[in-house]
Amino acid sequence: MGSRASLLLRQEEIEEIQRETGFSHNQITRLYSRFTSLDKGQNGALSREDLLRIPELAINPLGERVVQLFFLEGEDEQVNFCQYMRTLARFRPVDPNQKNNKDGVNSRDKKLEFAFRMYDLDQDNRISRDELLQVLRMMVGVNISEEQLGSIADRTILEADTDGDQRISFEEFSKAMERSEVEQKMSVRFLD
Amino acid sequence: EETLTRYQVATFNFNHVMSPYAIALWVVLASIAKIGFHLSNKVSKIVPESCLLVVLGLIVGAILFLTKQEENVHTLSADTFFLYLLPPIVVEAGYFMPNRAFFDNIASILTYAVIGTLWNTLGISMSLYGCAQLGWLGSASDISLLRCLLFGSLISAVDPVAVLAVFEEVHVNELLHITVFGESLLNDAVTVVLYHMFEAYNQIGEDNIIAIDVVAGCASFFIVGLGGVLIGVIFGVITSFITRFTDHVRVIEPLFVFVFSYLSYLTAEMFHLSGIMAAVFCGITMKNYVEANISQKSHTTIKYSMKMLSNVSETVIFMFLGLSTVNSYHDWNTGFVLLTLLFCLFYRGIGILVLTWVLNRYRMTKYTGVDQFVMAYGGLRGAVAFSLVFLLDERHFPEKKAMITATICVIYFTVFIQGITIKPLVNLLHVKRSAKHKPSMTEQINERLIDHMMAAIEDITGHHGHHYWRDRFEYLDNHYVKKVLV
Repeated sequence: MGSRASLLLRQEEIEEIQRETGFSHNQITRLYSRFTSLDKGQNGALSREDLLRIPELAINPLGERVVQLFFLEGEDEQVNFCQYMRTLARFRPVDPNQKNNKDGVNSRDKKLEFAFRMYDLDQDNRISRDELLQVLRMMVGVNISEEQLGSIADRTILEADTDGDQRISFEEFSKAMERSEVEQKMSVRFLD
Repeated sequence: EETLTRYQVATFNFNHVMSPYAIALWVVLASIAKIGFHLSNKVSKIVPESCLLVVLGLIVGAILFLTKQEENVHTLSADTFFLYLLPPIVVEAGYFMPNRAFFDNIASILTYAVIGTLWNTLGISMSLYGCAQLGWLGSASDISLLRCLLFGSLISAVDPVAVLAVFEEVHVNELLHITVFGESLLNDAVTVVLYHMFEAYNQIGEDNIIAIDVVAGCASFFIVGLGGVLIGVIFGVITSFITRFTDHVRVIEPLFVFVFSYLSYLTAEMFHLSGIMAAVFCGITMKNYVEANISQKSHTTIKYSMKMLSNVSETVIFMFLGLSTVNSYHDWNTGFVLLTLLFCLFYRGIGILVLTWVLNRYRMTKYTGVDQFVMAYGGLRGAVAFSLVFLLDERHFPEKKAMITATICVIYFTVFIQGITIKPLVNLLHVKRSAKHKPSMTEQINERLIDHMMAAIEDITGHHGHHYWRDRFEYLDNHYVKKVLV
């Protein structure tokens, strides 16, 4: 699989992705071979179904949401390798030597933004009570009553909402997560 | 007959109550001492409690020694320590273990605990043996390699009691704390195996050891470690299951938690498995399920009783340590003591450096240089080594007295010098402290969201990292295990 993957990926493409995302050469070829193995249609792009077919995702309550976020950038229903890598680049660990690099692809803000979009279905840059409730319902399963969920949602909004519009903006969201070690929690070690 | 009973009311019979009375007095004395230390703010800010308790023990020991009361001194016997004093501490440690930090870093902790301890044991004992060959150990220069190895195995284990006592007061960040503390707990399996193995080898005799003995020793390592874990998990599951049915007898809920964790420890000890591993994993296993089953009041009771018991144990251990030092059972051997101390520090330092260098290549959050220094510096020795060295049989170990003195010196050095200086050093080096705040609602919810999200990312990239395993475990737990136990 590995040799086939590197054959299909041209050197300048790799360099381009390397420049844009910061992944190493080996990481790119490895992820490309994963990409092609997911690409059942063999057309160089992934559809929603391609991703949702991953068996482990089926037991993940938020699996579908995450898949959906891969399709935000491109308007169409396909995601090509570049877009795929751009999304994954957010989860690269933050290099301690480049901490001042505030707008890097894997910066704290970029990571938080991804988490924010997990809630913000209608993309109006606000988390409404309904959007919050939907996510909560997916995560907690059946043991908690609708009433309890409602009060959790209300308390969360009350806590984070500083301008009193009953919704959480991205600024309010990242303020509420200020003390959390997002850089660390939202990073994956990509194998070389 | 009636007159007889009347007279007996006024009888004085101390012998009748002597042992429990002595124990009760000990606990009272130790606890009052503890109150005393915290009244004087200046002293308790600079010196860790454990040091003060050792000093108090030393004073009491000296008084008894000088007044020739030696035969009345209850020294820290290995049985008392391993069967009564140690279990409360490890049970508490297991029950209140920060599970998440522990399992997120389990690979690193295990590396330090297993490979690090092996490395320390081999390094220290080989070096000591080398020095003995050069004649630097004075009277102990004809020590055999096996006896060196046994001594190395008991001196190289980092002690959970001492580490807890010091690190609880320092409040370093969670990663550093769990690494040193987890290592001190998990290396128990290594210590138990090496100690029993070399002791048995020593009895078989150096010349009679064949390859099969060595293979058996290596195999027993896995049995001791994993056996301890298995016993712990079994008892943890039993406790969780039983507490399902205690709805109507709430008062005995804490009892089950205590008795079963103690039983797990004893059962493991019975088979010469690692009791510490058993008790720790018993606590880890039962905690979540038990807490879902029992009432809030029982939970508070468990929390306070556990903390109290382990605190008392710890206090008594440190006082005993001081008390037991003062006796005529010593053989000062300058070369032996200084070389042991030197090798302990040297191999700990090198071991941490090399292992961290390897681990950092695979870790996402790297251990910094300062972290490594604190980890090397936090390698405190304590009562476990002390009890093990006293257990040695003098017929097989002519150097027992020299070993005792050397062990005590290492313990005192680590508990006093390292214990007292670690806090200023942590301040000086700007070690990241633990930020204790109650997570807000948003943070709690996002924590879960991020967990699931990262697991999904790992699924998509096809890389099975720890997010993947945690998500799997949670799924099994929620869908199958909890249905039975909660």
